[in-house]
Amino acid sequence: MRRHLLSAADLDLADATLILDTAEQIDSALAGREIKKLPTLRGRTVVNLFFEDSTRTRISFELAAKRLSADVINFAAKGSSVSKGESLKDTALTLEAMGADAIVCRHSASGAPHRLAVWVQGSVINAGDGTHEHPTQALLDAYTIRRRLGRLDGVRVSIVGDVLHSRVARSNVLLLDTLGAQVTLVAPPTLLPVGVQAWPAEVSYDLDSVLVKADVVMMLRVQQERMNASFFPSTREYSRRYGLDARRMAALSEDAIVMHPGPMNRGMEIAAEVADSVRSTIVEQVSNGLSVRMAVLYLLLGGAGSSEGAVA
Amino acid sequence: MPAAQIAAESASGGGRTVLDSSAIARIVDRIAHEIIERAGDDHLPALTLLGIPTRGGPLAHRLGRRIAVFTEREHDSIPVGTVDITLYRDDLRSHGVRPLSPTFIPDGGIEGRHVVLVDDVLYSGRTVRAALDALREVGRPGVVQLAVLVDRGHRELPIRADYVGKNLPTSASEQVRVRLTEIDGVDDVLVLPGGNPPGWAPAAARPAEQR
Repeated sequence: MRRHLLSAADLDLADATLILDTAEQIDSALAGREIKKLPTLRGRTVVNLFFEDSTRTRISFELAAKRLSADVINFAAKGSSVSKGESLKDTALTLEAMGADAIVCRHSASGAPHRLAVWVQGSVINAGDGTHEHPTQALLDAYTIRRRLGRLDGVRVSIVGDVLHSRVARSNVLLLDTLGAQVTLVAPPTLLPVGVQAWPAEVSYDLDSVLVKADVVMMLRVQQERMNASFFPSTREYSRRYGLDARRMAALSEDAIVMHPGPMNRGMEIAAEVADSVRSTIVEQVSNGLSVRMAVLYLLLGGAGSSEGAVA
Repeated sequence: MPAAQIAAESASGGGRTVLDSSAIARIVDRIAHEIIERAGDDHLPALTLLGIPTRGGPLAHRLGRRIAVFTEREHDSIPVGTVDITLYRDDLRSHGVRPLSPTFIPDGGIEGRHVVLVDDVLYSGRTVRAALDALREVGRPGVVQLAVLVDRGHRELPIRADYVGKNLPTSASEQVRVRLTEIDGVDDVLVLPGGNPPGWAPAAARPAEQR
């Protein structure tokens, strides 16, 4: 393992498998326990540095760190000296001077965690940077697929929707490819990034033809806050062509699962009856996220302090 | 078992074999009898065996099967589990993180049970301390006892075993390597020259675990 987790591309098969296995062992260690707490990271400090809104990622990282007995500081850009004009670098150095062992960073600018990693001594974990990457989301998705289907190698995953703005899609393509899954991206041409041909994934514009072959359908949120141009004529048309409704769900193979990284636009990319169906892993993804983030924190921080750092 | 012996000698790197497979089998039988005797009719129904990974796991299962045979119970009637202690170690910071092993607590938990922890080598006692910490979080056993295949001395904590397979006086510069069929394909215990400091006993006992 490296010192930082910045991109899903940094993880090779051995690293990714180690994280998923560790998450599974942590799950087994805590299963059925009244006190879901481990002493492993006692005395370490984890800072959640969030420059962008988040519900599940921030809470998940906070809970993961607390379950490993680390001290957690939550930093939201709103109400801090950032609003007085303090730069990212100065903010990070201030936090480090206070003894942060790890910084979990979410930022609206792609690449912000990479810059951060150069400036600070501790570990940096990317919790989503702009439209670039969200590696722990990809890890928890891979973990969810492995738990549900029992394997990742050869699994056919369709990632559907706003690929252009989605850091989740990018991280998932990179990680799932490393783990041996076959990824197909499905989106209108306007919502595919430039250079998508170079990604280790197939591309399709037709959802119905892809669905019948898929083991996993991962729906992406239509990111209205990042929609600065008209990418599709109307939400109704988008929903008709690329939304997952009950009729399309019926076309899926028997064991296929439906995933969504959340937050959902019910009725837009996913129908409410699909989101609440037994195929949906949306709630499971949230609880799996906790185990995966505990695994990441353990592997990055558990051995920190030694000269060699984390050993895998 | 000539094949096993050849494997043992070629892999021992100049070490000496202190226990072979039949000796290990006799020890498991003896400890099984001792556990039955000490538990008595009152505690035997509450008996739960918990192995400390890696090699405590198979040992606990062997003990469980022998106890079932000696007390004329069904084959898998004695609850056996494993409890991984990696997340409870006090030396992670100085020695780096290590891959975890599975934890499996048998149905019914450990609340009020007569728990016997099982490990291969007792050395500094730090592993057992970590295991006691781990147990405390899982529940409150009625009794906790400790069974080990080999006690090699050099304790750093006030911990002792209730059931000892073999007392093996060693110097800290030696290594004790336990191999079990379930994991290593052969049953034996070797003493090798060139060891680790006492605080790092499990690494010496489990080289295969280092990835």
